[in-house]
Amino acid sequence: MAAAAAGRGPGSGPGDSPEGPEAEAPERRRKAHGMLKLYYGLSEVEAAGRPAGPDPLDPIDLNGAHFDPEVYLDKLRRECPLAQLMDSETDMVRQIRALDSDMQTLVYENYNKFISATDTIRKMKNDFRKMEDEMDRLATNMAVITDFSARISATLQDRHERITKLAGVHALLRKLQFLFELPSRLTKCVELGAYGQAVRYQGRARAVLQQYQHLPSFRAIQDDCQVITARLAQQLRQRFREGGSGAPEQAECVELLLALGEPAEELCEEFLAHGRGRLEEELRSLEAELGPSPPAPDVLEFTDRGGSGFVGGLCQVAAAYQELFAAQGPAGAEKLAAFARELGSRYFALVERRLAQEQGGSDNSLLVRALDRFHRRLRAPGALLAAAGLAEAATGIVERVARERLGQHLQGLQSAFLGCLTDVRQALAAPRVAGKEGPGLAELLANVASSTLSHIKASLASVHLFTAKEVSFSNKPYFRGEFCSQGVRESLIVGFIRSMCQTAQNFCDSPGEKGGATPPALLLLLSRLCLDYETATISYILTLTDEQFLVQDQFPVTPVSTLCAEARETARRLLTHYVKVQGLVISQMLRKSVETRDWLSTLEPRNVRAVMKRVVEDTTAIDVQVGLLYEEGVRKAQSSDSSKRTFSVYSSSRQQGRYAPSYTPSAPMDTNLLSNIQKLFSERIDVFSPVEFNKVSVLTGIIKISLKTLLECVRLRTFGRFGLQQVQVDCHFLQLYLWRFVADEELVHLLLDEVVASAALRCPDPVPMEPSVVEVICERG
Amino acid sequence: MPAELEPGGHESPEDAASPAHALELLCHLGPAAHGSTACVAWEPAGDGKRVISLADNHILLWDLQESSSQAVLASSASLEGKGQLKFTTGRWSPHHNCTQVATANDTAVRGWDTRTMSQIYCIESAHGQLVRDLDFNPNKQYYLASCGDDCRVKFWDTRNVTEPIKTLEEHSHWVWSVRYNHSHDQLVLTGSSDSRVILSNMVSISSEPFGHLVDDDDLSDQEERRPEEKSQEPPQDSVIATYEEHEDSVYAVDWSSADPWLFASLSYDGRLVINRVPRALKYHILL
Repeated sequence: MAAAAAGRGPGSGPGDSPEGPEAEAPERRRKAHGMLKLYYGLSEVEAAGRPAGPDPLDPIDLNGAHFDPEVYLDKLRRECPLAQLMDSETDMVRQIRALDSDMQTLVYENYNKFISATDTIRKMKNDFRKMEDEMDRLATNMAVITDFSARISATLQDRHERITKLAGVHALLRKLQFLFELPSRLTKCVELGAYGQAVRYQGRARAVLQQYQHLPSFRAIQDDCQVITARLAQQLRQRFREGGSGAPEQAECVELLLALGEPAEELCEEFLAHGRGRLEEELRSLEAELGPSPPAPDVLEFTDRGGSGFVGGLCQVAAAYQELFAAQGPAGAEKLAAFARELGSRYFALVERRLAQEQGGSDNSLLVRALDRFHRRLRAPGALLAAAGLAEAATGIVERVARERLGQHLQGLQSAFLGCLTDVRQALAAPRVAGKEGPGLAELLANVASSTLSHIKASLASVHLFTAKEVSFSNKPYFRGEFCSQGVRESLIVGFIRSMCQTAQNFCDSPGEKGGATPPALLLLLSRLCLDYETATISYILTLTDEQFLVQDQFPVTPVSTLCAEARETARRLLTHYVKVQGLVISQMLRKSVETRDWLSTLEPRNVRAVMKRVVEDTTAIDVQVGLLYEEGVRKAQSSDSSKRTFSVYSSSRQQGRYAPSYTPSAPMDTNLLSNIQKLFSERIDVFSPVEFNKVSVLTGIIKISLKTLLECVRLRTFGRFGLQQVQVDCHFLQLYLWRFVADEELVHLLLDEVVASAALRCPDPVPMEPSVVEVICERG
Repeated sequence: MPAELEPGGHESPEDAASPAHALELLCHLGPAAHGSTACVAWEPAGDGKRVISLADNHILLWDLQESSSQAVLASSASLEGKGQLKFTTGRWSPHHNCTQVATANDTAVRGWDTRTMSQIYCIESAHGQLVRDLDFNPNKQYYLASCGDDCRVKFWDTRNVTEPIKTLEEHSHWVWSVRYNHSHDQLVLTGSSDSRVILSNMVSISSEPFGHLVDDDDLSDQEERRPEEKSQEPPQDSVIATYEEHEDSVYAVDWSSADPWLFASLSYDGRLVINRVPRALKYHILL
């Protein structure tokens, strides 16, 4: 090729493209390919699409398939001058040479391949010849074999047919023999007790006998068989009824009877009746354990026994029944379910009775374990007999027990709380004799609080056992949801806190005359306890509960704030009641002292009356008592800078001013006017008003009640001159000592002034004592 | 000290109409050596000849003679018991032909039959503290109101003395006086030493509760029945009004005997306040 290219390079013939030698090479190569294709008969059409190629049909194209030398030559001769002809001639010669050399090169290059191809073809020829021979031999052999085979078949044909016939006869004979022997075999089987075998024989023969019963001999056999079968059935039933054997044998009997074609309906009845007998036996033994006498085995043992005896038996019966009478369909299942339901309910009744006996006990873990066993045991029959609802009933019982348990815990907590209160009462009663009642109060409060809290915690812990992970019923929806939120949180904890508040409030509600039975210190202590609950303990307990029981939010629960409000209200009522009770004690003292004295004929006062000292002492004692539990509280600012001295001077001068006009004839009018004017500027005093949670407020309440009583009592009496003066002295004394207890000392002034003014009004001869003398007497006393 | 009769208030209204009429002493009750008299009560009906007086622990029934010029001790009884028992107040029941009297001593309320002068009932510890006043329901037999130092007003059925029917606790100090309205006994007036007068509407225990105003026979008409049933819903006892005009303890309250909607209260400072039942309530009761 390269030589051809080189040969053509210098030429510039008419076939040459004007682009030059670089573009010429692919063109030429394509031409060579085209020729090869032509040689091998491939259509040039595939290549016709090429744009550069000249028209292949052109007869003057040297390389075209339809080249016509005559046309070409004619064309050349007509168109070209001589020189060009000469050129084209030489050019043609050169091209022909180049093509020759190209051809030679191709042949050289592919020589080896031709040689080997020739060899291969020669070898193949040889092999095929050999194979042909062998095939021929095979064909002849096969023909021989076919021939032989046909001959053998023909020979054996006869005998084969006979053998087949004989075999058929033999089988028939054996069947017949079986049939004839059947009665005796059956009898033998029945005698030997191989009921299963007998039933199988019977089953095999039955259809045949049925079919051929019109033949007398078969009829006889059939009759015999029927008699024997009846006997067999009889015996099986006998065995079944005897019932000494266990459940599996029973099941076998029933199975055989079914196979004998006994009516299934009746059999299920009997089967169930039999099962009932055994299960009732179990129930009776359980009931005997319950007995009227105290239960000997503990509840765990009881449920264990019930579980293995009754529930196990029930499972066996149910499983056997379902296996045997599966063909019975829904009616049979219904029968079984009813059976299980009835017996189950009796069992549950027994268990509930036993559990009820357990209710008194305090050991929760044992109870929970027993319930767990009970519940776990019943899951098997529950799965087996979904229709009977045993598992649901069991869950129901567990839930009931849990609920009752909660109720018990609540009661336990309540009684523990009451016990605490009784202890406190005794403690309050006892040390009063010993004379050191004081320091005990805070301790008592702490004791009550801590013991109540520990009881609550203990209850929570023991109730928590119900929801432990390993307990089988803890994942029931009741125990996950309602038990936690409604049961534990609401009815146990919230219920207890409520009942605690209620118990405390009952101390206030008891009518006044009986209220004396409640020591005031107890009221105070309870009030503080409730207040502490409001501030901290309630939220602590509820948080603890929520954490332990992971209360889910689907049920509405009492919010902490409501409980706190209740506790606060209770605390407030208790404290108010305390104020009333203590105020009543002091006011009774004051009332008696005013009412029993003859104020008209009293002597000139030399001393403060003892009762006033007593009042101050009692007030101080109350102050100490309240101070143990409650904070000081705030006073009005003005009291902080008023000392005892300035106060007394101030009040005395005021008193002077107040009843000075009573010397004049129009005294009553003026006094009234004065007191009215004064009242216009003073606020109304609510005597029994709600108190705040601090010492000052409590004391203010008590003192208000006492002084108001004094005022009302004084107004009911008539005073002589010295009587008035005695009142003056007493009031001054009270002023000296009571102001420090109250939030607003102005209140004490006002009430005491009012007392003296009222006494002056009730005095026909109102000559007040000199303030200085009053002071002297008071300081002396 | 012999008890002195203070007539005037008990005279006929015609006499009171003439202001110039001077008071004159008609007679003395007694020469009784029974101690100080706490209370005198006229027979509320009848010919006005009988008077009860309570002196210390004695209850004395006086018979004023024809001319009211002489009082004869008709019968008497006395209270025996531990300590010094003293009657504080008494009230004559307008029912039972005026044969019953209720008295209060300390925390107890006792009923007496004037014919035999014997005790017929006793409400021990009717109040936590001293009982200050009593009043009988004028329209309903056996119903009695009491008030006392425990700031409460209690309503009793004297046939069952173990429990009060109703208890009010509106005052903040001793309740000194309690009065039923003479004609509309759901209106109860109380005065207290907390300087307040409270008018309460005790519908639930009155003789004319809501819904009974129309006879049952008239209720055959459905249209009429419906509004009636609606009005039956709110028979709730309630405080109608609290009057705070007084500056000092109120010791007495009473209803006008002429106008059932008028009442007066008297306080320590000598102030007499006259008030009317609120108009709305009045129409509510009347219509």
